[in-house]
Amino acid sequence: MSVFFLRRILTLVATLVAASLIIFLVLDALPGNAAQMLMGADASPDAVHALTVKLGLDQPLTVRYLLWLKGMAVGDLGNSYVYGTPVAGLIAERLVLTIPLAIMSMLITVVLALAAGIYTAANHNKLGDVGVMSLTQVGIALPNFWFAILLILLFSVKLQLLSAGGFAGWDDGIWTGIRSLLLPAISLAVVQAAILARVTRSAMLEVLREDFVRTARAKGLGKREVLWRHVLRNAMIPVMTVMGLQFANLLAGTIVIENVFYLPGLGRLIFQSIANRDLIVVRNCVMLLAAMVVIVNFVVDVLYAFIDPRIKVSNL
Amino acid sequence: MSAPLTAPAGTAAIPPGARPVTGFWRRALRHRSFVLGAVLSLFVLGAALLSLVWTPWSAYDIDVASKLHPPSAAHWLGTDVLGRDIVSLLLVGARSTIMVGVIAVGIGLSFGVGLGLVAAARKGWTEELIMRMSDFTFAFPAVLSAIMLAAVAGPGMVTSITAIGIFQIPTFVRVTRGSANAIWAREFVLAARAAGKGSFRITIEHVLPNILSILIVQATIQFALAILAEAALSYLGLGTQPPQPSWGRMLNDAQTLLFQSPMLAVYPGAAIAIAVLGLNLLGDGLRDLLDPRLARER
Amino acid sequence: MSDAPLIEVKDLGVRLNTSHGPAQAVRGVSFALRRGETLGLVGESGCGKSVTALALMGLLPDSAVISGSIRLDGAELVGLPDTAYCRLRGNRISMIFQEPMTALNPMHTIGHQVAEPLLRHTGVSAAEARHEAIALLDRVGLPDAAKRVDAYPHQFSGGQRQRITIAMALACQPDVLIADEPTTALDVTIQGQILDLIASLVEERGMSMILISHDLGVIAENVERMMVMYGGTVVESGETNAVFTRMGHPYTQGLFRARPRLGARKGTRLKTIAGTVPELADLPAGCTFADRCTIAEARCRAALPAVVDVGAAHGVRCIRTDVSMDAGGVGA
Repeated sequence: MSVFFLRRILTLVATLVAASLIIFLVLDALPGNAAQMLMGADASPDAVHALTVKLGLDQPLTVRYLLWLKGMAVGDLGNSYVYGTPVAGLIAERLVLTIPLAIMSMLITVVLALAAGIYTAANHNKLGDVGVMSLTQVGIALPNFWFAILLILLFSVKLQLLSAGGFAGWDDGIWTGIRSLLLPAISLAVVQAAILARVTRSAMLEVLREDFVRTARAKGLGKREVLWRHVLRNAMIPVMTVMGLQFANLLAGTIVIENVFYLPGLGRLIFQSIANRDLIVVRNCVMLLAAMVVIVNFVVDVLYAFIDPRIKVSNL
Repeated sequence: MSAPLTAPAGTAAIPPGARPVTGFWRRALRHRSFVLGAVLSLFVLGAALLSLVWTPWSAYDIDVASKLHPPSAAHWLGTDVLGRDIVSLLLVGARSTIMVGVIAVGIGLSFGVGLGLVAAARKGWTEELIMRMSDFTFAFPAVLSAIMLAAVAGPGMVTSITAIGIFQIPTFVRVTRGSANAIWAREFVLAARAAGKGSFRITIEHVLPNILSILIVQATIQFALAILAEAALSYLGLGTQPPQPSWGRMLNDAQTLLFQSPMLAVYPGAAIAIAVLGLNLLGDGLRDLLDPRLARER
Repeated sequence: MSDAPLIEVKDLGVRLNTSHGPAQAVRGVSFALRRGETLGLVGESGCGKSVTALALMGLLPDSAVISGSIRLDGAELVGLPDTAYCRLRGNRISMIFQEPMTALNPMHTIGHQVAEPLLRHTGVSAAEARHEAIALLDRVGLPDAAKRVDAYPHQFSGGQRQRITIAMALACQPDVLIADEPTTALDVTIQGQILDLIASLVEERGMSMILISHDLGVIAENVERMMVMYGGTVVESGETNAVFTRMGHPYTQGLFRARPRLGARKGTRLKTIAGTVPELADLPAGCTFADRCTIAEARCRAALPAVVDVGAAHGVRCIRTDVSMDAGGVGA
C-alpha cells in the first residue's frame, strides 16, 4: 500500500505544482503589468507605479510565484486588486454555493446513471434498454445551459413552481437553499448522467460476459443477485474513472450554470473578476478549480485500490 | 456468444482497398444510427454552406421596428429583439459553429495524434512524459482555459478556438497512443522492423493507416464536443462576439426575454442539439462500420 | 439403492441463436444417471457436450429453445422458472468449469465465494458458512486454508483455483456434479491431481458425476459409462470398458486412432479424422458424421440413423455397424 500511495501522492503534488506554474505564467507573467491593466492605458505613470508597488508587482516573477505558493500553503491568497479585501474570503463566500451545487449534481448524476445503467444492462436488448439508451443519446446532445433554460421555461415560466434564479442562501434553512439549487443541479446532472449511464451499461455488459458470472449462476444465484453482488463491483472501475473525469466537466459546468441561474458562486466571481481585470482573483479561482479536479482524480485512483484487491500492494 | 467472429484479429492489417467499397455503403445504408446521424449532420452542414450564398434576410442588419415578430410567412421563425430574422441567424450561426469546431478539432487532431504517435513509437521516458502531460491537461476543461485566455487576451473567437483546441488534445493523445500501441505489438510491424525500417517510417507506413478509422470515429465525436463547448463559451460571452451570430450568443440574448418570447430560447438550443446528436450518431455508426472489433455492443 | 434414475434425459434438443442464424446444437440426446454413477461425455469442441451440460444446469441463454425432457428425481426441469432452478443449482446440481483463472470473481475473497452457495441454500449463519468454507478448502487440499480463506483469487495458482471452484461446487453436498473439462486449462502435472481429487470426492460423498472431456484417456480412467458426442447427437454410448473394447461407431474409432500415445514408434504419424467438424448451423439431414466417414453410403445421408444396440446397454447410432464393428477393435 505504501509504495502505491507514495507514488500517487508524489504525482499529485507534481501535478498541482505544474498547474500552479502554468496558471501563474498565463495570468501573472503574460499580461505584463496588472496595475497598468487595472488603471487603463491613459493613467499617469506615477499612479501606475504607485499601484504596482502597492500590489507588490515590482518584485521579480520568481519571488511573486514563490510568495503565491507560500500564501496558498498558509491560506493567505493576497488581496483583491479591485476590492482590496482578502481573496480567500471572497472565494470562501462563493464556495458556500458552488460546493453544495457540485455535490448535489454529482449525487443526482450518480443515482440517475447507475439506475439507468443497471436497468439497461439487466434488460439488454429489450424494449426498456433501447428506450433508455435512445434517451441518453439525446441527453448527451443537450447543451446543459440550454437544458437549464428549458427547465426554467417549464418550472418557472409555465408552472411557476420554482424561481428562475438567484440564491436564497442557507440562513433560511437548508431546504430553502437546496430548493434554489435544485434546477441548477438537475440541469448539470442530466447531461452528465446520460454519458455515465452509457458507460455503466457497457461496463456491466462487459462483466456479464465473464466466466465468473456463470459460476455465480451455477451456485444458484438469481440473475438480479448476480448483477448486484458480482457484476456491479467489477463494473465500477471504468465507471469511477469516467466519474472522476466528469468531475472536471461538472466544475466547468457550474461556471456556466451559475450564469444561467444568476447564482453568486465561484463561476460568477470569476466572470466579475475578468470584467474588473481583477487577475489575482481569477488566478486563485482557476487554481482552485484545477486543484479540485486533480484532487478528485487522485481520490478516484486511491479508491481503485479499495475496490479492486488486485491493485493494492503490487505495481503502480 | 453474441460477438460475431467475423473479424479475426488480423482484419485491420488488410489494406483499406481490399475491402470492397460498395460493401461499406451497402452496410452503411442499412445502419440506422449512421443514416440518421449522416442526415442530421448533412442538414447542419448544408445550412452552414447555404448561409454563405443565401439567407432569407441579412443576419447583421438591425431593424428595431420589426423586433420580436412571431413566426410569419416573411420571418419563418420570427425575429429577435433587434429585429433580425431568426432563420438567417440560425443559418449563419451554423457556419460559426462549424468553423470553430473544425479548427479546434484540427488543432486537437494534429497535436494529439502527433504526440500520441511519438509516445507509442518512443516508449519509455518520452511516453511517460507525454501521457503525464495529457493527463494534466484534463484538469483544464475548455471553459477554464477560455477563462484564463479571456482574462489576459480578451474574449473572442480566437480565444474559444484555442481553448477548445487545447481541451481536445489529451483525448486524441490517449486514443492515438492506445491504438498505436496495439499496432506496434503486431507481427507485421515486427516484420517491418526486421526489414530495417525506422520507427518514423513504420509509424507513417503501418501505424497511421491502421489507426485511421479509429481516429475518424474519434474526430467525429470530438467535433460534437467542440460544438457543445463553443456554444457554452459563446453563451458566456467568451467566444464568438456580436454582431457575428452564434447559437450560444442567441441563447444568452433569448434568456432575458424568457417571459416574453420563450420560443427564442428554444430554436438555437435545438440547433445545437441536432448538430451534436447528428455527429454522435454518425460517430457511433462509423465505429460499427469501420471497425467491427470495437462494435461489440449494439 | 433404488433403481430409479436420479437424472433422466429424454430426447433433449437445444436450438441456439448464433451469429450465423439458429443452430440445432443438440438433438435427440437421451440418458439416465443413477445415484452414485459416473458418466463421461466425450467429443471434439463444438459437438454439443458443453451445451448439454448447460442445459442440465438451466444456464443456456434466454434465446435458446430447449425441447425434450430433463428430470431430476422425477421432477421435470425443462421449462422450470429461473427462481425454482436457482434453488437446485449449487445445491443439488453443481458444476465445475474449464477456466479456473476466470471462473472466480476477482473482487471477492475465496472464502466468501465458497461460502456463498451455503448462505444461499442452507440457511446457516455467516460464521458457520465461513467455518464450513475453511473445512471445504482444507478438504480440497488448499494449503493453509484457514489462513488463506480471506485471500483473493489472483493470489492463487491455476491448480489452486480449480481446487477452490471444486470446494465451491461441493459446498452444499450436491447429488450431481457436472465437471466440464475441469483439467483442460491446467498444467499436465496438475491435471492428474485434480482428477484424483474429484474422483475421491465423488466416491466419498456418493455423488453422481458427469465428466466432460475431449480427452479419451481422462474418460477411460474416471467414469463407468460414457457417451461419445458428434454434431450434437450421441453417436455411441455404453459402459466405458465396452465402448473402448468394441467401438461400434466409425467416429469413436477415429477419435481413438487420433489420440497421441506414449511409446508409439518414432515417426509414426498421428492418424487424423479427415474433414472438419460440421457447422452446427447447417447440419446434414442424415448421419452428422457421414461426410467424414469412410464407410458412409447413400442411405446414411437420408435420415438420422437410429440407435442400434450392439451389446448390453451399448448403443451405436450407425446403420453400418455390421461393417464398422468388423473393422473395430482397432487394437488398444
